[in-house]
Amino acid sequence: MTVKAIVLTGFGINCDQETHQAFVRAGAQTECVHLSDLLNKPALLDNAHIFAVPGGFSYGDHVASGKILANRLRHQLEAPLKKFIDDGKLVLGICNGFQVLVKMGLLPFFDGKVGQEVSLTTNESGRFENRWVHLAVPENNNCVWLKGLTRLELPVRQGEGKFIARNEEVLKRLSEEGFVALRYIRPNGSPAAGEFPFNPSGAQDDVAALCDPSGRIFGLMPHPEAYLHGQNHPEWTRLGFTEEGTGLILFKNAVDYVRTSFC
Amino acid sequence: MPTHRIEVALRPEFDDPAGEALRAQVREDLNLEIGAVRVIDVFTLQAALTDEELERVRVDLFTDPIIEYSAVNQSLAREYSCVIEVGFLPGVTDNAGRSAKEGVEDSIGRALARGEAVYKSTLHVFQDTTLEQAEIIASSLLANELIEQFAIRTPEEMEQLQGRCLLSLPRVVEYDVPPVESIDLNLSDDDLQQMSRDRMFALELKEMQVIRDYYNCPQVREHRRSLGMPENPTDIEMEILAQTWSEHCKHKIFDAIIHYEEADGSKRIIDSVFKSYIRKLTEEVGKKVPWLVSVFHDNAGIIQFDENYLFALKAETHNSPSALDPYGGAMTGIVGVNRDVLGAGLGFKCIFNTDVLCVASPFHDEEIPPRLLHPRRILRGAHAGARDGGNQSGVPNVNGAIVFHERFLGKPLVFCGTGGISPATIQGKPAHEKAARPGDLIVMTGGRIGKDGIHGATFSSEALHEGSPATAVQIGDPITQKKMADFLMEARDRGLYSCITDNGAGGLSSSVGEMAEKPGGAAIHLDRAPLKYAGLAPWEIFVSEAQERMTLAVPPDQLPSFMMLAKNRGVEASVLGEFNNSGYLDCYYEGLLVASLDMDFLHDGLPRMELEAKLDPAPLTEEVTQPAEDKDLTEDLLGLLGSLNICSKESFVRMFDQEVLGQSVLKQFQGVNHDGPGDAAVIRPLPDSYRGIAVACGIAPKYADLDAASMTACAVDEGVRNLVAVGASMGTIAGLDNFCWPDPVQSEGTPDGKHKLAQLVQSCEALYEICLAYDIPLISGKDSMKNDYRIGDTKISIPPTLLFTAAAILEDTRKVVSMDAKGPGDRVYVLGDTFDELGGSEYYTLRGIDGGTAPAVTPQKARRLYEALHEAISKGLVASCHDCSDGGLAVALAETAFAGNLGMKLSLDSMGVEDGVVALFSESQSRFVVTVAADNAATFEALLDGNPCYSLGEVTEEPLFELSCPDGRKISAALESLRDAWQKTLNW
Repeated sequence: MTVKAIVLTGFGINCDQETHQAFVRAGAQTECVHLSDLLNKPALLDNAHIFAVPGGFSYGDHVASGKILANRLRHQLEAPLKKFIDDGKLVLGICNGFQVLVKMGLLPFFDGKVGQEVSLTTNESGRFENRWVHLAVPENNNCVWLKGLTRLELPVRQGEGKFIARNEEVLKRLSEEGFVALRYIRPNGSPAAGEFPFNPSGAQDDVAALCDPSGRIFGLMPHPEAYLHGQNHPEWTRLGFTEEGTGLILFKNAVDYVRTSFC
Repeated sequence: MPTHRIEVALRPEFDDPAGEALRAQVREDLNLEIGAVRVIDVFTLQAALTDEELERVRVDLFTDPIIEYSAVNQSLAREYSCVIEVGFLPGVTDNAGRSAKEGVEDSIGRALARGEAVYKSTLHVFQDTTLEQAEIIASSLLANELIEQFAIRTPEEMEQLQGRCLLSLPRVVEYDVPPVESIDLNLSDDDLQQMSRDRMFALELKEMQVIRDYYNCPQVREHRRSLGMPENPTDIEMEILAQTWSEHCKHKIFDAIIHYEEADGSKRIIDSVFKSYIRKLTEEVGKKVPWLVSVFHDNAGIIQFDENYLFALKAETHNSPSALDPYGGAMTGIVGVNRDVLGAGLGFKCIFNTDVLCVASPFHDEEIPPRLLHPRRILRGAHAGARDGGNQSGVPNVNGAIVFHERFLGKPLVFCGTGGISPATIQGKPAHEKAARPGDLIVMTGGRIGKDGIHGATFSSEALHEGSPATAVQIGDPITQKKMADFLMEARDRGLYSCITDNGAGGLSSSVGEMAEKPGGAAIHLDRAPLKYAGLAPWEIFVSEAQERMTLAVPPDQLPSFMMLAKNRGVEASVLGEFNNSGYLDCYYEGLLVASLDMDFLHDGLPRMELEAKLDPAPLTEEVTQPAEDKDLTEDLLGLLGSLNICSKESFVRMFDQEVLGQSVLKQFQGVNHDGPGDAAVIRPLPDSYRGIAVACGIAPKYADLDAASMTACAVDEGVRNLVAVGASMGTIAGLDNFCWPDPVQSEGTPDGKHKLAQLVQSCEALYEICLAYDIPLISGKDSMKNDYRIGDTKISIPPTLLFTAAAILEDTRKVVSMDAKGPGDRVYVLGDTFDELGGSEYYTLRGIDGGTAPAVTPQKARRLYEALHEAISKGLVASCHDCSDGGLAVALAETAFAGNLGMKLSLDSMGVEDGVVALFSESQSRFVVTVAADNAATFEALLDGNPCYSLGEVTEEPLFELSCPDGRKISAALESLRDAWQKTLNW
């Protein structure tokens, strides 16, 4: 069957090209759809299996990162997106897209309800930073995007990546019930424990990504679409050339999942 | 109109990183100890909102329910000694305010009325800070009074305000449109010059006279009478001429006839250094390389990437605006050069940026002359502007430099470069060809026009002085531009326009004037241009340099599709007039003809300058003193690694998005810990091809006083070495020349103008010679010729500076080499010969030694070496390769070692240089540090046979850097101490 993916573009989103490329390489028929076109025609979602909000600076990240785009989607597209999710389809938010999903209340999606429980805010360092980080997938996590992965390296490029939960209770629930999809770790595999630069933002509990209990709605601060090629890794000239980067695995997992569950 | 003030703050239980960062900056930059700082966002809504609507936007839009709290018309500041609020002045671009307005409209479900607005400001809340300290913090750190206002308040004063605004609302007072004036030029020479100064025309007397004589010409008078126009030029006509004829737009000095007097008194005439050296070079090299597509006449140089794609490259300077407002100046520099690439051919997609900043030492501790900003503030501000401009546009920064020299105090240099890619054909037509046709409509897209950036072109054509206009300062709006860029790529692919160019210096006057050359005329209605606020005179509309605008020629049959797409993409587009073949550039305002300029006179009427040049170097103040006879040079190496021009700039580079678009192959920082300084950046722009682009820069102002030719050759050689080091091949390299010079025109204020012009000639000659030997065409370039500061008795002129940006197409990016040592046992080589060329070197600077000999380049010999090295790299024989530049051999070796987390044990005996100081610290050109696996050493040496290739020793597991010279001098240091020395100076 043909797996179809929609990659959102427009108004300051700027990772649409490589996110499009990621789904194409993973085998999906992929279309970049401008936010205006999607708001004019929400039925476009009906024909797709995967909806991705890429990284960038939507609306300049003014007011707060991802906030204005989140509001626009929440006000104008909440029902079609809820149906999209209820239909068993997949949603991805990368970096600014993750901020959007969190602020429109699609993650963590406690009890299948839309509502903001966590936030992403200014890095502890107070600055935007681009660096590669080491990540681990918690054992109790069943995110379909991360199937088969236990550890990986990806770049972060963020000014507001610091994850904060509403309270200790929420943090505990996220951790214990498998909502935490990725954590920052040290190169030797031990927890980053909040320490810079291993945890680059000062995120609580080293959280770098969340997914909903179904494992289909997934948001992460690091950029898997920036590691589709082995050559994207900063040490590839030391480690040796490889064709594909680890980032591509996430997109292949998603496409495989759609293939098996929708055929 | 009711005004509502919404304050939004992080809840008190959370630390405030923005406040902490500010406190740290106050400590570092101002040397003040203050208490805790918290930052509150303030949105002032001037709009008729119901209470219910106001509450909705407060909760729904402005307040994050997890981490923030907020209040309407009451301040959240608690337990403090004073507050500083900073907001914009009227008319300054307020990006956050504009986005917030869109958010408000979304939340309340209706559009705000005309005249309703949202303004953003920031309230800084200080503990344990005196009012005197607050005054210093506000004026020296937080606010730039050219674009921002601030207010300092005590708790008592805040109490009295009861939640009302601290600042006056930055609403532009809308005046009536001033009438068009006609200007009488029949004045004395003195009065003409005075007028040129007073009105910011920046025209020379001779040019004013040519304009006067043109308007006095009977045929012109007759023609004007027949149109019902005044005989004298109108203000808008004078502004168009001043802009079109400005040094910034016309490059009058590069085009001048130069009378050059040699040292022996003999004279020769140079008929334009541009034609004699730069264009001539590219024409000659163009016969040898088959990949030139479009050079010199477009917004950017265009070459072939592969058979289906083209690559465009351009670099610009934005020095004068950055001197006044570093943040806005650098940001508009980067988004401006992005528009050059977006407006090259039928439009190229921007795929990378390069940023080079030249400033004085951030540790400068003497008094700063009036109107100049401290170099630390320039550095932080320009870096932040380039960062935000690039990051928010989604264009990765891949390469750059920060260069320090004391005379950049007078004028910082801000170089911004951009590369772009386009399919070779669009709708079956060549993508690099474009022309407006008579009947095509003049359409302006993007931002609106305001008074910002008026006289930018003429202002940058003169020295920074007391009257330098604040309106020349602008802030960019990357999101508006990003929307426009996305839209234009769609419109291009659908073939909706026939020509495109950007609105940069000179605004519409420049873009429409240039585009009208091909069809042979244009008629434009200035009252149809969308304005930010009413009250602009017609001439202001035409020359304003308000940002984020492109001008297009749209065929009438495509107009409906073009306008519909623009609307759907949230991009403003306005039809302003049409191109024709009347021979005139006509401007109308409310139906009246206010300017009618003969296209021939406008573009060809400018008289050429005639200038004199004679080399007259200042005598050296001191004899060269030999450095002390220390045997152990470890401290010298540590000192060099920590010196400003050598030390790590990682904390600055990390703040740039370097990987957006996912093309990155070699990054700026390399090695085990991603902390070694890379030479050239390499990207793979097409996901299904291993073909790539390497890009690098070379710049060497430190040699300029000793020898302008050396400054030039070293800049070119450095750029080329960086490319060769990663694996580029000779014959695939294209160059850009960006000259930044102090005023080279002899005058009362510039008594050494002849010398500076002679340096320019020397520089152009050297550029010609080395690029010819290396087969490098110069595909685009720019010059900025008035980089001086003059107020009162103080004059500071920058050192003559050439930035050489170089790019090469790589056939196979799988073969590139990084700079970090790879494994213990690998052999270490230095390629290239080392001479006693310590003049201008970082070592002499460190030791406070003047004089000496600046490095020279022997291009033929260097080329042979580069070709051999390329062969070795493409055969996979090279483990690491690093350019040897600032600081010399010892620095390059140390960097190679610590990037690989490996030690080295070396002896320099084989190099044939007796003096260890020369061997280690001379900055002789055309050299590399290379490591080679032991198994490959014999093959490598055989390939390099006949070239200078010296084996120095090997890479070691033990993290120790040990090195000895024939004269007994030595270095011995732990790897960690080398890395620490290199990283600590600018680890901000």
